[in-house]
Amino acid sequence: MKQIKFLIAGILFGIVLTRSEAISWYRIQEMFRFQGFQMYGIFFTAIPTGILSLWLIRKFRIRTLQGEQVRVDPIRFNWGIPLGGFIFGLGWALTGACPGPLFAQIGTGFTVVVVTLLSALAGTWVCSALHSRLPR
Amino acid sequence: MTSLLSILNRPWPWYVAGPLIGLAVPGLLIAGNKRLGVSSALRDICAACVPMQVSLLHYDWKKNVWNILFVAGILVGGFLAGWVFPNPGPVAISGHTVADLHRLGVPLQKGMLPVSLFSWKGLLSLKGLILMIGGGFLVGFGTRYAGGCTSGHGIMGLSSLQWPSLVAVSTFFAGGIFCTFLILPWILKL
Repeated sequence: MKQIKFLIAGILFGIVLTRSEAISWYRIQEMFRFQGFQMYGIFFTAIPTGILSLWLIRKFRIRTLQGEQVRVDPIRFNWGIPLGGFIFGLGWALTGACPGPLFAQIGTGFTVVVVTLLSALAGTWVCSALHSRLPR
Repeated sequence: MTSLLSILNRPWPWYVAGPLIGLAVPGLLIAGNKRLGVSSALRDICAACVPMQVSLLHYDWKKNVWNILFVAGILVGGFLAGWVFPNPGPVAISGHTVADLHRLGVPLQKGMLPVSLFSWKGLLSLKGLILMIGGGFLVGFGTRYAGGCTSGHGIMGLSSLQWPSLVAVSTFFAGGIFCTFLILPWILKL
């Protein structure tokens, strides 16, 4: 039951993604064609909000609800980041969805996106299986 | 009543949605040192359901149940905002995009995706197969390979000023732009 807050956080996140149309195939096309500001506006306000929040957390030494120190592990570069990133970009333009929006798209009534999601799970599985053989 | 409904139905501008999305970063950290990142949930679902002989999928996924709950919540959020209180009109994209998509044979329809492409019937066409099965596979494979997606690298990674995430986001866009101009038109002609 202690985990219920993450379900609620997810619901709020899903509502914002949907109401702002960030889960829309049309909006993603508009973004990749540089014809609208909605998606860029979202990124350009979400990231500074995140930066400012992390700065405030450090400055005021805000702790987690469990009283632990807030920890953000560094991301180490490997060649999978640009290679995988490009592959994901191709899929993003086709499906109009990154992983989060896939779930929201299903919720809005596009039940067929379950197939897209299952295929994404297959992709994740295959990538995990090939892990040691992929260049990094 | 109609005005209340129109408030609930209305799309939100970027300056409302962006800061709210950004608040997911401190929200999840304070709730329990959790990093925003949806593609990790895809791996957790794989580990929970079909680990098979893949060593990378043998880990204690139960520690990440929070992330599976989070994505289940996203689905419920999509249901509330897109099915219970849907925007009655089509997505208000730029006229240039409408014209470009029209030229490619994709009409602007009500809803978040073009029903003409994304439907169970569409799944029986070559176009639909490539868009949904092919596209979905690339999303799942690419995000795992890159170790994150738009939320993990794009929002969480950039918010914590990690340069590898900037590399990630740049290549997301490189792939997306390449596909939009050079691959998608070809697929839509099938």
